[in-house]
Amino acid sequence: MPYLTQAKQEIQRPVSNLFVLLSIVVALVLNGLPWQGIWLAIRPDFVAVVLLYWCMHKPLRVGIGLSWVVGIFADVADANLFGQHALAYTLLAFGGVVLHRRLQMFDVRQQTSQVFGIFVLTYGVYALVHWQLNGYVVWSYFIGCVTSTLLWMPFSFMVRVIRQMNPKHKGS
Amino acid sequence: MESTQSFRFFNRGPSPLVRLIFFSTLSLLLLFVDARYRYLESTRSALSILVSPIQQLATIPNSLWRQSSEYLFTQSSLVRENKVLHQQHEIDAAQLLQLQTMHAENQQLRNLLALPQRAGFTTQTAEIVSAERDVFKRKLLINKGSGADIQAGQIVMDDKGIVGQITRVYPWLSEVTLITEKDHAVPVEILRNGLRTIVFGAGNTSQLVLRYMPTSADIENGDLLVTSGIDEIYPPGIPVATVVKIERDPAYPFARIICLPIAGVDKHHHLLILSGTPKPPALPAEQTVTKSPVEIAKTKRAK
Repeated sequence: MPYLTQAKQEIQRPVSNLFVLLSIVVALVLNGLPWQGIWLAIRPDFVAVVLLYWCMHKPLRVGIGLSWVVGIFADVADANLFGQHALAYTLLAFGGVVLHRRLQMFDVRQQTSQVFGIFVLTYGVYALVHWQLNGYVVWSYFIGCVTSTLLWMPFSFMVRVIRQMNPKHKGS
Repeated sequence: MESTQSFRFFNRGPSPLVRLIFFSTLSLLLLFVDARYRYLESTRSALSILVSPIQQLATIPNSLWRQSSEYLFTQSSLVRENKVLHQQHEIDAAQLLQLQTMHAENQQLRNLLALPQRAGFTTQTAEIVSAERDVFKRKLLINKGSGADIQAGQIVMDDKGIVGQITRVYPWLSEVTLITEKDHAVPVEILRNGLRTIVFGAGNTSQLVLRYMPTSADIENGDLLVTSGIDEIYPPGIPVATVVKIERDPAYPFARIICLPIAGVDKHHHLLILSGTPKPPALPAEQTVTKSPVEIAKTKRAK
């Protein structure tokens, strides 16, 4: 009964802004770990997963603007051209914000299939920009959107557990 | 689900679509300005100060792992390594003595022939902060920046050969583009016969390719490519790559030659940055300015 699980899910502690910010910073650090070779190709985009999660669950606080700013930071951290991550994350956030009602109706398994589409779009835009600027595409890059999708379920579960267990989060 | 979501009559600013259009346009504009004009380098270095704590944080697990594995070295392995290094040092010292006499001889010969002297270079060591972080790029970050007098364009090598070139300098970090980056060119010559050519990065693999070599070119598997020094950026005679595969297909005008870089980028933590490489001599004064187009055409034909 998805309705019942949904009803249970609603009783959650509010998240503080600090928690949201911390999760984004941790995601940026995880993205910045020295991944190499095959690990780099299968590395999920932690920042994209975290941003999409918050855009879906707290669309009033984490939205397109914040995602754009995080994208700019990701561009600086990766020594990319300005706007490459920013554009991709803007679209990701738009997908999250527009679909957040529908996605919240689903349970985590159903969400996964929907989230995959958004990740494919994000990765596609990033690769498209790169192709336009540099004239080639590395196809193994797209493995990342599968692993990002696979990360969705454990990440949702983890955030839910943290929100249920920590009574200190009392922000807004 | 936030219960406040259902109240639509509160003003919450522009709709998602408007925001999407605004921020996408802004991103595209930034992309265009950055790719075409490179106006934003100062903004980038300012933002990199904010980002660098995150980058530093990301290097901690790796360095902790390295430190702990160093700590757990056994004495026997240290003794063995010490012995190997000792032997290597003795061999190197003998060769170095020979090199000094050869260097002096070379200088003398060059004096006799009135050739310009080969300039030496000094090196700075730097540590790799992080390797390539994007599948699309063959780049790495090292821990010396403009604070240590690093400039864009300097050559980076390890103890075996050329690794890459510094392409962007931050206050505390600099970005090295590897020679395997797509379309990154290094002017080289084949050590065996002095054939000059240019080696290009292949992009998504850690290989190099020699383009525009005719199928009849004198090149063999295992040939060593060293820098030719003609561009005045790379000092001459530093190993770059070895030829591993040659495909001579008569259907194509050029042979397909694949090389592997000699320097092991993913094996070391330290790199050398070369500085003090000679400034290129002033370009010869343009003589064609005084000539009329007709005259230029004539000289071309004469050639």
